[in-house]
Amino acid sequence: MREFGYERAFDVSGAVALIGSDPDARFLGGGTNLVDLMKTGVERPALLVDVRELPLDRIELERDGGLRIGATVTNSDLAAHPDVRRHYPALAQAVLAGASGQLRNMATVGGNLLQRTRCGYFTDISRPCNRRSPGSGCPAVGGEHHNHAILGASEHCIATHPSDMAVALAAFDAVISYETADGPGELPIDGFYPPVGDTPHIETTLPPGALITGVTLPPAPVAARSRYRKVRERASFAFAIGSIAGALDVEDGVVREVRLALGAVASMPWRARAAERLLVGGPASAEAFAAAADAELAAAEALPDNGYKVTLMRNLIVAVLTELTEEVSR
Amino acid sequence: MTPSTSSAITLNINGEKYTLPVDHRTTLLDALREHLDLTGSKKGCDLGQCGACTVLLDGRRAVSCLQLAVAAEGRAITTIEGVADGERLHPVQQAFLDLDGYQCGYCTPGQICSAIAVIEEHAAGWPSAATDDVRPEAGVPALSAEEIRERMSGNLCRCGAYVSIVQAVAQAAEVQGKEAVA
Repeated sequence: MREFGYERAFDVSGAVALIGSDPDARFLGGGTNLVDLMKTGVERPALLVDVRELPLDRIELERDGGLRIGATVTNSDLAAHPDVRRHYPALAQAVLAGASGQLRNMATVGGNLLQRTRCGYFTDISRPCNRRSPGSGCPAVGGEHHNHAILGASEHCIATHPSDMAVALAAFDAVISYETADGPGELPIDGFYPPVGDTPHIETTLPPGALITGVTLPPAPVAARSRYRKVRERASFAFAIGSIAGALDVEDGVVREVRLALGAVASMPWRARAAERLLVGGPASAEAFAAAADAELAAAEALPDNGYKVTLMRNLIVAVLTELTEEVSR
Repeated sequence: MTPSTSSAITLNINGEKYTLPVDHRTTLLDALREHLDLTGSKKGCDLGQCGACTVLLDGRRAVSCLQLAVAAEGRAITTIEGVADGERLHPVQQAFLDLDGYQCGYCTPGQICSAIAVIEEHAAGWPSAATDDVRPEAGVPALSAEEIRERMSGNLCRCGAYVSIVQAVAQAAEVQGKEAVA
């Protein structure tokens, strides 16, 4: 591991000033991903600015019914919070589905959004990777890719975004707040993760040196009836091979509002807008759910070893919408 | 200006203060084991995946292999060496002994530290991925074997002593529940 300097920040402006425009400096939150990547040589920062003690650890229910979540709130505190569990249960479930109890105590909301792909070629510095080392190639396309993307990928990178939390945030139209030396800014989660294209190394649209300060969830009554479901290769403590955050409002058998976001299928949490558009105003039936799933997955491009994900995601969409419909009628 | 790559830090471990110089690259686990002779916390994977290095930071379980020592300054660190009350074992330690919650013992300090926190998290009403309904109105689920397995999933046991580990955690939770009522 490369030697590095360490500074602890106690206010947001101080943290942003410490990072400055140094491309070799990194913010340190819980460190559960960054320290791991430093050990394997993927990350080689010269300076760490510890932001864990910034006063950004609050979760507040806003007057309009939305929720404001500070960037240094831990995954554990997010999942345990009564307002999260009551108003956005799929968000609590998504966070609880990720990592282990120890890691959830350490990891922060800001860091969770910025965590890196677990593609085995990205994390192995002896192998080429366009995301880690632009222009070096992507061995996953012709190599080990059974857990890689089926939507929105390119020949340059087929890695998936690993976060469970971000999938629920995408379903609920989260807005990400940040601070730079030039002042604050906001980015909707739709657009926070740019399309892969030929620049997989550009992982977010945050300005250089920006510090995530929080996430705002707009009020969404539909979210009170929501679920997160995750499929993985063992029962617990594993990344998804497919996941879904869904929310549904049905009246007299007709879909009034629906939210769907898919995980482990793309380089970003995948908001299933084609499926949503097809569902709203139509019947809450298994046939309609399957048709919506097919519409969303029509653009899927599978490689030899990840085609199962198309079937898996179709079944997940139908299953979660069916469960939510049953919950409505209860 | 090149920043300094080492610092003199003071760590609060099991209620005692230790001052030591550390290279910033030093993890809390290495500081405990290599610098302070507190070798109860074990190094398994060193990548946050096995839980053998689990300690409590400000009362919450964490993997010390991904925690930089310099970033742990100012926090209350509890290791396996600090969980007993003098000669009286912690109820979780006693339960692991009573029910053979181990075979080789290497993962046991991490299992015990993790289990202590699991019981507290459950008592505080935290749901888990095994919890059917996470809404607060649904109340706290009982600490069933399924809940224990899910909540303890960050601790691997290569000997496969899981059956008795789950029983030990359940027994300790029951003992502590009774003590809390008494």
